[in-house]
Amino acid sequence: MAVPDLEATAQEVFAALADPTRRQILAALASGGPATATDLAARLPITRQAIAKHLGLLADAGLVVAEPGERRRVRFRLDSAPMKVAQQFLAALARDWDGPLTALRDHLGTH
Amino acid sequence: MGFPDRIERKLELAHSPERVWQALTTAEGLGSWFGNDATIDLRVGGQATMTWTSGDKATFTVERLEPPRVFGYTWNIMGLPAEDPRRTYVEFTLEPAGAGTTLTVVESGFAQLPAEVHGKAFGGNSDGWTNELGELAAYLDGRS
Repeated sequence: MAVPDLEATAQEVFAALADPTRRQILAALASGGPATATDLAARLPITRQAIAKHLGLLADAGLVVAEPGERRRVRFRLDSAPMKVAQQFLAALARDWDGPLTALRDHLGTH
Repeated sequence: MGFPDRIERKLELAHSPERVWQALTTAEGLGSWFGNDATIDLRVGGQATMTWTSGDKATFTVERLEPPRVFGYTWNIMGLPAEDPRRTYVEFTLEPAGAGTTLTVVESGFAQLPAEVHGKAFGGNSDGWTNELGELAAYLDGRS
């Protein structure tokens, strides 16, 4: 398996999520569905120019996909696939074996 | 190469493999050290459920059962929805060490790819861990 590709995906996801504005944009797309930069500017306390810049970066990372909408207005929708790769990385970190194994040792010791 | 596919721990226990096996494979054992309460249908393909007073719950499927040496199961990947089909594989290996036991725990499969990403990145020529674990389970079913 080409592990570096997973690495690159996780790197891009975490870099994207490190910025609070990009987290807001992703959260807005997750909760409200596909939207244009103008839609997002109306809902978030961020200028349209800043939103367009962040959407470009998020599209490069594969986290949002641009699709042509009515009257040539580009709508952006979330693509959760890269997020799932990052989530698996987090799952490995969150799986705590040390606590249960210490409890197992204690359990055996007291019986 | 920082993406962890597996977690591995080794533990020296001052108890026989039979004692350790009981702790790993009975509802009483699992409900004491692992969860706050547990049920288990101890056969390959059988289900076990662990619950915690926090409200958390985990269900696993027994995949490998070779008393008192190897106990393996599959369960959900943390953070993914319960209905997500992907699983990690956990295997406990018990080796006699003097009067005690060397217990090894390996959980693997964290780096399995979602199908759509897999297809994009690698041309979709393999279904990765989900398949491999299925094959392992089928192989083990045939053996038992």
